[in-house]
Amino acid sequence: MAQKKKKTIRMIPQARTPMREQDPLARARNFDEVNCGYQIEDALLEAERCLMCPDQPCVRGCPVNIAIPDFIAKITEKDFRGAYDVITATNLLPAVCGRVCPQENQCEGVCTVGESLEPVAIGRLERWVGDRAIKEGWSNVPYIERNAFRIGIVGSGPAGMACAADMAKAGCEVIVYEAFHEAGGVLKYGIPDFRLPNPVVDAEIAKLEQLGVRFECNTLVGRLFTIEQMVDEMGFHAVFIGTGAGYPSFMGIPGESLNGVLSANELLTRCNLMRARDFPNFDTPLQPGRQVAVIGAGNTAMDAMRVCLRLGAEHVRCLYRRGRAEAPARAEELHHAEQEGIDFHWLVSPVEILDDGQRNVRAVRCVRMVLGEPDESGRRRPTPEPGSEFEIEADMVVYAIGTNANPIIGQTSRLKLDKRGYIATDDDLATSIPGVFAGGDIVTGAATVIEAMGAGRRAARGMKAFLGLRDTDFVYQERPDVAAATLFGIDRAEHGYARVRLPR
Amino acid sequence: MPDATGGAGFEIVAREDFSDVTYLLEIRHPLLAKAARPGQFVIVMPHEHGERIPLTIADFDRDRGTITLVIQAVGKTTREMQRDCRVGTRLFALVGPMGIPSHIGRAKKVLCVGGGLGVAPVYPQARAYKESGAYVIGVLGFRNRDLVFWEDKFRACCDELILCTDDGSAGIKGLVTEGIRQAIEKHADIDECVAIGPPVMMKGCAEATRPHKIRTIVSLNPVMVDGTGMCGGCRVKIGDRVKFACVDGPDFDGHLVDFDDLMFRLQRYKATEREASDRFNEGCRLRSQADAAS
Repeated sequence: MAQKKKKTIRMIPQARTPMREQDPLARARNFDEVNCGYQIEDALLEAERCLMCPDQPCVRGCPVNIAIPDFIAKITEKDFRGAYDVITATNLLPAVCGRVCPQENQCEGVCTVGESLEPVAIGRLERWVGDRAIKEGWSNVPYIERNAFRIGIVGSGPAGMACAADMAKAGCEVIVYEAFHEAGGVLKYGIPDFRLPNPVVDAEIAKLEQLGVRFECNTLVGRLFTIEQMVDEMGFHAVFIGTGAGYPSFMGIPGESLNGVLSANELLTRCNLMRARDFPNFDTPLQPGRQVAVIGAGNTAMDAMRVCLRLGAEHVRCLYRRGRAEAPARAEELHHAEQEGIDFHWLVSPVEILDDGQRNVRAVRCVRMVLGEPDESGRRRPTPEPGSEFEIEADMVVYAIGTNANPIIGQTSRLKLDKRGYIATDDDLATSIPGVFAGGDIVTGAATVIEAMGAGRRAARGMKAFLGLRDTDFVYQERPDVAAATLFGIDRAEHGYARVRLPR
Repeated sequence: MPDATGGAGFEIVAREDFSDVTYLLEIRHPLLAKAARPGQFVIVMPHEHGERIPLTIADFDRDRGTITLVIQAVGKTTREMQRDCRVGTRLFALVGPMGIPSHIGRAKKVLCVGGGLGVAPVYPQARAYKESGAYVIGVLGFRNRDLVFWEDKFRACCDELILCTDDGSAGIKGLVTEGIRQAIEKHADIDECVAIGPPVMMKGCAEATRPHKIRTIVSLNPVMVDGTGMCGGCRVKIGDRVKFACVDGPDFDGHLVDFDDLMFRLQRYKATEREASDRFNEGCRLRSQADAAS
């Protein structure tokens, strides 16, 4: 092909192709998706911005190593199905990851274009491909050769889904257990619809079912049956535990048991999974706050604040003990929250939640913080400024300051835990019980969707090695450059001859 | 409404009405019946639009493969279930057993106290203590004689049974705390007490046993969503620590529980609950009008 002239930074469209978003004022009152996604022209234009650099730092920046330049090349060739095939060779859930990955710290953060211009919008392109696949009904069900192995997966969140997909592709019978009445884990109960609509999650789950994965909801593993029973009695040859961290932290300051104080997990679960926002059509109650204070500045905090706005709050404040630069949320979420009118109070930490005399929240007493020397996480450690206390009016206080290890699996099995209560694993994510693997937040503590998926896939590789299965990650493809000379990778000249390995 | 067509969900195989507010449902779930132990609870979601409510397991039958729930119709969901849950219908969701099972230790003489909706859940504990060889004294409280149920079941596993009613129409007149007082007077060597019921009753029981230094276990049932430790809605104050009733409990040392905090926290969604209940009443009224008209 003659057009293979090397692209330079001057040749590409200089500005990132914008994605249409709902108007901030309108969207702050509805649960429709904020980002409207690319149109086909947008995707084609943005795909042009990839330099196809030989170094490919983006691939290394991706926790599951998607062949990013390859799928972008397919988009420019208008082979959209091909782009989908490239992505799904490593990532099963492009429509989800394109929406929720913190791309600025991963692929886009290391993009070569990003050294001088804005990086290629890899996440938006990935989402566009994923959405197109859902719309067109594409799915990649490879030829699966069944084996006799049964795999049990505990938790249907991103880690469990990724592991389930890999093991099903390897030919195993896979059953995924979920304690809630719907599969999807944090993608369903945690991430709100305006960021990740539930039908997108359902579409991705349906693809897993096409691979033969079975989902069993309403099943609390550990209590209904134990991990040991799965291995010893229920005939599972290997088990993956991806139960998530999910035991919300509170600060231990006075006033936390007042009515109106809740964890972001509770707020989000009531609103998203249980549809309290559609009360009284759905029965789950949620007392909406008028003056809401959310503690923390991660993605969960952003979700909680924006949910409160949509539930009708007049004023939503974010209280964070460090500065904006240290906020752990995805850049886009922070930006969206600011656009929608969230009132950010940086370098502020609550010291007490105050009561209205009837055990309801009236206000939060806070203290200003100053940033000192960097701590072990590399971020500057905040310390309180003496005498700087002040009050903020609030009738609802939401904690989004992280989670601890969920204790159920630890209580009900003899799995070895680390000193914080998370499951201890080796590099292949194998636990102390042979055949039992674990990954995601229950091993690392709270992290991101794509990191959990990465862990699920790593555990699947460990499982395949444990079961003695060949590595099915490798997708056999005809190499176009040598296609003429070989057939199925065998030299044409040798075709028709049997290869015999001689004993030495 | 619970699905009557079969297929998905959890089938109700028996129902018994003890009074106009208390009813029993027996639900088929062999795996759950096998796993359930005294003190554990389940979360039920009657239909797709329903809420998740925690209910203590009142009994389980491993041979029949069923669990039994005894429910008091107090809010919208429990009243709706009272109306719609018939034999042959199915619950949309049922998950459990949740919580740490009760520790049935080597106590030699045990008081098992149940009041109101706590009578049924204390039954598996009484039975387990009996099976472990303890001398079991049951103390059951009801408002009046018409509300009494399971007396025969308790008699079968208790060495002594003290029935208390508010108006004295059955057993002794007075609250369960009066029953506890009498039992302690008669038996100086009671070494454990299990009390299940409304928070105010459990608080009274804890106060009744505190001067005698009798270890008192209470089973807490605060507001919860998932029941797996994820939402933190069920946090309770135990001594100077905060615990989640769903995964750290539901059994706690009654002498350490901050019952006032629990009672206030149970009021969290009162306004919305009342709204739902009123709406339900209105729906029932319209329905009966329509029935009368047709």
